[in-house]
Amino acid sequence: MAIWNSHVECMPREEMRRIQGERLRETVERVYYNVPFYRHKLQEMGIGPESINSIDDIKKLPFTNKSDLRDNYPFDLFAVPMSDIVRIHASSGTTGKPTVVGYTRTDLSIWSEVVARTLTAANAGRNDYIQVAYGYGLFTGGLGLHYGGEKIGASVIPISGGNTSRQIQLMKDFGTTVLACTPSYALYLAEALDESGIKRDELKLKSGVFGAEPWTENMRKEIEEKLGIKAIDIYGLSEIIGPGVASECELQCGLHINEDHFYPEIIDPETGEVLPEGEMGELVFTTITKQGLPLIRYRTHDLSRLIYEKCECGRTLVRMEKSLGRSDDMLIIRGVNLFPSQIETVLLEMAEVKPYYLIIVDRINNLDTIELQVEVEEQFFQDKISQLQEIRNRLADNLHSATGLGIKVTLVEPKTLERSEGKAKRVVDKRKLK
Amino acid sequence: MIIKQLSVFLENRSGRLAKALSVLGSENIKIIALSVADTTDFGILRMIVSDAEKAKNLLKENSFSANITEIIAVQTNSEAKYYADILKILSDINISVEYTYAFKTNGKSIIVLQCNDNSKAIKALEGHEISILKAADIYGI
Repeated sequence: MAIWNSHVECMPREEMRRIQGERLRETVERVYYNVPFYRHKLQEMGIGPESINSIDDIKKLPFTNKSDLRDNYPFDLFAVPMSDIVRIHASSGTTGKPTVVGYTRTDLSIWSEVVARTLTAANAGRNDYIQVAYGYGLFTGGLGLHYGGEKIGASVIPISGGNTSRQIQLMKDFGTTVLACTPSYALYLAEALDESGIKRDELKLKSGVFGAEPWTENMRKEIEEKLGIKAIDIYGLSEIIGPGVASECELQCGLHINEDHFYPEIIDPETGEVLPEGEMGELVFTTITKQGLPLIRYRTHDLSRLIYEKCECGRTLVRMEKSLGRSDDMLIIRGVNLFPSQIETVLLEMAEVKPYYLIIVDRINNLDTIELQVEVEEQFFQDKISQLQEIRNRLADNLHSATGLGIKVTLVEPKTLERSEGKAKRVVDKRKLK
Repeated sequence: MIIKQLSVFLENRSGRLAKALSVLGSENIKIIALSVADTTDFGILRMIVSDAEKAKNLLKENSFSANITEIIAVQTNSEAKYYADILKILSDINISVEYTYAFKTNGKSIIVLQCNDNSKAIKALEGHEISILKAADIYGI
């Protein structure tokens, strides 16, 4: 099987560490001299670029959180003048304050390099037709896969998401060989294919790269069976670069991290202590080559573990285990990030409902569904159906404004939802069980 | 003239109606009339009972959301035309009827009405010599 950049992807561990140490030092210099936020933090801690003499010195550095990006919205964490930023992306966040990221020309070429490695690991090359059904726009998925696809010389079909019947028609007419989209959309396409009258053997699909949301081994098996392809897991986040941070190889036994660009650590989410190799904890990434928005020890809140053994595919790049959980309570529903606290805020602003609620998330017909059960405040319950429906509709509208999601609201009787002194169970995610 | 009706919020879940009624049964509350207004997600149980305040408190203690609404009750003969006439009197003077239900007892029919202006409705109906029931008349049924 092909490897896009075997010089790097199969590099001996000592050489990799040496390069990482150099790049970390350069990155700390870059942020120290160009980003006030980081300079102040480092000065408070009494450290500077000279404190970094090897990659192990990374432990001395402070963590960065999503809130730091929000507090410095939109561009205050950028390490270059805006005239050097040639691309801006933003990821879904709470209304009014998405997470903004910026790229220099060099950053864009790093991005297409790492996605090129990803696609090559999925057995894609210059003779392939890649259907990019990730959303194009501020979301990094579409354009990320796009430029990586062009880099390997494939014929890229920038179809973006939606219009499922057209997706299938073009898959047949153009002879798509590689599919790039979310895993749940892949299942949706598989079903639509069944109903479309186009037979599977009229298509030339051979593999797909799927990510942007957690997905189980069972889902993978379903996608592989229904579409007759090899389904490769890919991992990324906009803050680090977008898609291309890590990807499985054909052996599907962990995701190889492009650690020459994104240095990974696993920490204890409570204490911040770096955990020994192989232990499960929270993934933290440091960008060691990015110029526009370098991030030091960025906490992803994704849970995983690192595997340093050399893979049978020949790559030495460290692998992360497929992440199936988060260390915070964030949910991802239809690709949109949601914190239960956003829902609480809306409930507290409406006098007619109590702040006791239950969020039920499920996946029906391969699409995420979300229902909010909420108790009616007794003093507001009167006799009219229309009044209760008005409360329910107004709540649904307020939730949509706050979260960007269409949430089904169900009014329930008083005291049916849990009260507890500690953290009440507020979320039932039925998707995990599937 | 204004009669108290009990309204109870019910989830669309099996057993909720039975539970509400058995709570009332435990204290021997008598039910004179009952109707359920439903949507797909929930219902409102409306009842005229022998002691509305007592029933309301009892339901609240058992974690039901209950409230008292004012309605009017009219006594008439049982032919459909009498019901239609009453509704026409109200619509002629632009009083809207939110809901209505009826039951028969002792040879006469009793029609329950919730109007957007109950007092105005009473005056109009009295003007047509329609018998409006007093609270005491109905609770004792």
